[in-house]
Amino acid sequence: MQDIQFFFYDLLQFLVNGLSQGSIYALVALGYTMVYGIIKLINFAHGEFYMIGAFIGLYVCEYFLKINLSPTTALLLGLPVAMIGSGVVAVIVEKLVYRPIRGHGRISALITALGASLFFQYLGQGTVGAEPKAFPTLISGDGIEFFDGNVFISNIQMIIMAITVSLMIFLWWLVNKTRIGKAMRATSFNKNAAELMGINTDRIISFTFFLGASLAGAAGVLVGMYYNTAEPMMGLIPGLKAFIAAVLGGIGIIPGAFLGGITLGIAENLVVGFWISTYRDAVAFAILIIILLVKPAGLLGKNVKEKV
Amino acid sequence: MSGEKILEINNMHVHYGSIHAIHGINLHINRGEIVTILGSNGAGKTTTLHTISGLLQPSEGEISFKGQSIKNLEAHKIVAQGMAHSPEGRMVFPDLTVKENLEMGAYLRNDKDQIAKDFRYMFDLFPRLEERKSQLAGTLSGGEQQMLAIARAYMSKPELLLLDEPSLGIAPILVQAIFSAIKEINEKQKMTILLVEQNAYAALKIAHRGYVLTTGEISMQGAAKDLISNEEIRKAYLGH
Repeated sequence: MQDIQFFFYDLLQFLVNGLSQGSIYALVALGYTMVYGIIKLINFAHGEFYMIGAFIGLYVCEYFLKINLSPTTALLLGLPVAMIGSGVVAVIVEKLVYRPIRGHGRISALITALGASLFFQYLGQGTVGAEPKAFPTLISGDGIEFFDGNVFISNIQMIIMAITVSLMIFLWWLVNKTRIGKAMRATSFNKNAAELMGINTDRIISFTFFLGASLAGAAGVLVGMYYNTAEPMMGLIPGLKAFIAAVLGGIGIIPGAFLGGITLGIAENLVVGFWISTYRDAVAFAILIIILLVKPAGLLGKNVKEKV
Repeated sequence: MSGEKILEINNMHVHYGSIHAIHGINLHINRGEIVTILGSNGAGKTTTLHTISGLLQPSEGEISFKGQSIKNLEAHKIVAQGMAHSPEGRMVFPDLTVKENLEMGAYLRNDKDQIAKDFRYMFDLFPRLEERKSQLAGTLSGGEQQMLAIARAYMSKPELLLLDEPSLGIAPILVQAIFSAIKEINEKQKMTILLVEQNAYAALKIAHRGYVLTTGEISMQGAAKDLISNEEIRKAYLGH
């Protein structure tokens, strides 16, 4: 009887961890999926926007603490600064790197994206150094205990989930209810058709990069806070995981990125909790292989039919 | 008809990579006219329209709209100057509703009252669209999508409306409805129309003038009533 009870506590704890981890994957996956949706580019440099967000957050929050702002204020100001910063970097990358090779085939674009990813990883190592930097403590390690302390949700986990949910709602509103959101949907259906409506599709593509990278930047700050550290290679594995999440949910589909991120986060944490923790990355990549074999369009993907 | 040339094309050449698709064509459209470009599959009709609306760039020659060169302008800027293009294959936005598609057509406009009037006018012209205004465009039939594509292009309230094969793949009864709508837009709204068609008979019946495009060159041109009785045209495009 007691065994079952503790199994239940464990399960609940790992679900909580999975939800907060999955929120991060979802935030990063959204950028992948939006950029893919609009120009069919797998932007492998997307994880680097997450890293850049973490570093901007780190330095900006450090500065805010130095001028004696409270940690909460530092976070509330630092987060948007990091988001805008990552977004701006992404817009520059799109303009200088991706735009000139647009229309030269998807393989060229993919290789260019890999190059951009390496560029930022090594630029980071060359400037701030390869060693992890300490992220300032903005939120205490406290939290709420449930079931006599058997299940614990930390403040940071709650903040991660709250910020993720708020950003998702904002994104949903932006894409579905605003003029620019409709222009994004039109451009992602067909760039020419959107141009014929008078939509400046180059500007919409820039905006999509900005939006995706700013969400990744937010995720970078949250993870920096969670692990108290940031380093130039930190975007590599989460970037790949977010790619898996995007494919799992159905690449190009915005709710799919959310679903894929949460599913992957929970799956990984259940592996850590109930199986062998070092299998976690292997399981994530196994999920990618299985989904590509069984349902390549993803969980929410549908087979595209054309009407003649 | 004022006789002012709203569109003028001189010696336009278009290349697709190494393929020389359009070999120096000349054509013009007077304000208030319906002009049709006829031709078989692959003659270069759609390429010509794409080049006029800025989706393709000509490799040589001049295109002027209302007296100004639009040769190297991006498509969205040409829309802002008062030209709309309803593309081949309709290209309605399948995940947007009928109403949202029409709103996309009015993307550059701010005159709310006039937009509301144009909605009304399109719904009167195509009652089916009003019945289905909250339906996703992807669920419409081919003919309804064609009506939507024309109405969407109209919603930018252009001075020149380009229509690419509005009869393609559509039930004959709807073809008739669509062509009489085109004629009405031209007559009642004084909108100038360039109509690209394979269905030569239907197009010549409503057009003022026509051009025949054969493998990237203009092989014949003239008043619609002359073309419709022309022996060669009857053989090639009208089937008798």
